[in-house]
Amino acid sequence: MIPLEHDSLELALSARLDRERRAWFDEAVARVRAAPSAIASVFPAVGRGVGRGPLNPDDGDDPVRAWSVDDAARTLLLVALGDAAESELELLYRHGDARERRGVLRSLAFIDVDPGLSRRLVDDGLRTNDVALIAAAMGPFAAERLDDAAYAQGVLKCVFVGVPLAVVAGTEERATPELAAMLGRYVHERIAAGRTVPEDVWPLIDRHPPAAELHAIEAELHSPHDDRRRAAQAALAGRPPATPNQ
Amino acid sequence: MRIFDPHIHMTSRTTDDYEAMAAAGIEAIVEPAFWLGQPRTSLGSFVDYFDGLLGWERFRAGQFGISHHCTMGLNPKEANDEELARQVLELLPRYLAKDRVVAVGEIGFDGMTAAEERAFADQLQLAIEHDMPALVHTPHRDKPAGTTRSIELVQRSGIAPERVVIDHNNELTYEEVLDSGCWAGFTIYPDTKMDEHRLVRIVDQVGIERLIVNSAADWGRSDPLKVPKTVAALLDAGVDEADVQRLVWDNPVTFFGQSGRLELADDERAPDPAATFAGNSILRGARPA
Repeated sequence: MIPLEHDSLELALSARLDRERRAWFDEAVARVRAAPSAIASVFPAVGRGVGRGPLNPDDGDDPVRAWSVDDAARTLLLVALGDAAESELELLYRHGDARERRGVLRSLAFIDVDPGLSRRLVDDGLRTNDVALIAAAMGPFAAERLDDAAYAQGVLKCVFVGVPLAVVAGTEERATPELAAMLGRYVHERIAAGRTVPEDVWPLIDRHPPAAELHAIEAELHSPHDDRRRAAQAALAGRPPATPNQ
Repeated sequence: MRIFDPHIHMTSRTTDDYEAMAAAGIEAIVEPAFWLGQPRTSLGSFVDYFDGLLGWERFRAGQFGISHHCTMGLNPKEANDEELARQVLELLPRYLAKDRVVAVGEIGFDGMTAAEERAFADQLQLAIEHDMPALVHTPHRDKPAGTTRSIELVQRSGIAPERVVIDHNNELTYEEVLDSGCWAGFTIYPDTKMDEHRLVRIVDQVGIERLIVNSAADWGRSDPLKVPKTVAALLDAGVDEADVQRLVWDNPVTFFGQSGRLELADDERAPDPAATFAGNSILRGARPA
C-alpha cells in the first residue's frame, strides 16, 4: 500500500518539475543521502527549489485540502533519508516554519519512524491554530494510531476551525457514539448562539444518532428566540434525509 | 503609493496596529530579530522568538494583507552574554535558511565592547556564507564613533557594501555611510533618532539614492505609522511623488530583494494568500458565524 502511494507521489512530483527544479530536487536528494544532517538546510529551502504550487493542479492550491509540490518534495526527501529520518525529524519539525511542519506531518504516512515520535508531532499540530497544519495532522497516521478520545478531539478541532471533514483520514472507520454525541453538542451550541452549522458533521452524527443531543437540537425549532429557531431550521435543513438501514 | 516599512518589531505591537498600518497603505514589512527589552537567559527563548518571527507574526500580518519578512541575528546587547551568544551563533544557520528571511540582523554595536565586535564580525561572515544582506544597528550613545567603527568592520569583512544597510542614521552620520557604499537607514521616531521633517531636509540635500526609511516601532514609545507620515511630510514639502515612491517602496525592495527571498503580493510566485488561513486564530480558533 505505502510503496504504491510513494510511487504515485514521485510520479505526481515529477509531472510538476521543470528541468531546473528537477535538478535542484535530485541534488537535494543526493545531498541528504550522502550526509543526512544536510537536511537541516535543505528542508527549509524546498519551496524555493521546487516551487509551492498544487501537486495536482485539479485540486486547487488550498493547502488544507490538497498537497503542494513542496509537501511532496519534503516527504520524498524524508523517505530518502531512510533510517536517518528518525533522528532528524523532531528538530526539523521543532525549528520548522508552517510549511516545513506541514511537510513533516504529511510525511508521517510514508516514513517508518517511532510511532511515539509521530504521535508527539501530530499532537503538536493539533494544538496549533493553523488550519493547514491541523488538516495535515489528521492524516493516515492519526487515523491509524490515535486512540478514540484523541481522534474524536482531532475531528472536533477540525470542525471547530473549519477544516472540511472530507480531508480527515478515517472518519468512516473511526466514528464512535461518543464522537457523534460530541458533534451533536457542538451543533446545539452553534444553534443556541444563532450561528450556522457545517453540513459535513451530520453523517458522523447519524452513524450513531445521539438521542439526547438530537432531542435538544430539535427542541430549538420551538425556541422563543427567532435567531435560534432560524439557526435550528437551517442546521437541520443541511442534514441528509435518513436512508433505510442496510 | 505603495509603502514598505523595512524595520518594525511587530512582535511588540497589537493587532490594531496591523489594521491601522494596512489602512495607511503599508503592504510589506521586515521585522528584524532584536532585543526584547530584557535579556533572555536561555537558548530556548531565542528559538521560540525566531519561530515566532517565522510563524505567528507572518500569519498575523497576513490576516491584514501585509507581507511579513524578517531578519535573523544576535543583537548587540545580548552579544555580551558570551556563553549564550556562542549558542545563538551556532543556531543561526538553521534559521538563515528559512523562507522570507531577508538579511542577517540586527547586528552591530551597543556599548562598543569587544564581545559585541566579535559577534558583529562573525555575523558578517555568516551573511557572506549564506549569501544574505546585513542589517546593522548603530548605537544610541556616541553614534558617530559607532557608525565609523561599523563601517570599518563591514570593509574588513569583505561583504559587498551595497549588501549592507547601516541603520538609525542622523545628520552627523549619513554622509559617511553613503560614502562607504552602504545603504543608509533612517528611523523616524516620535522624539529621538530622526523625525520626518528632519528627513525632508536630508532628502533635499542628497536625494533618495540608497536611503531607506523605517519606523523601527517596538515596545518603546514609537509609531508604526511613521513611514506613511513621512510620505505625507515629503509630499507636503514638494518632493516629487515618483521619488517618494522609490524611497518607501523601490529602495527597500531593491535592498532586501538581494536575498532572493522577498515575497510580495504582486509576485505571482508568492505563496500563502491570506485567504488560506481563513478561520484561523485571530478569530481565537473558532469559525465565524
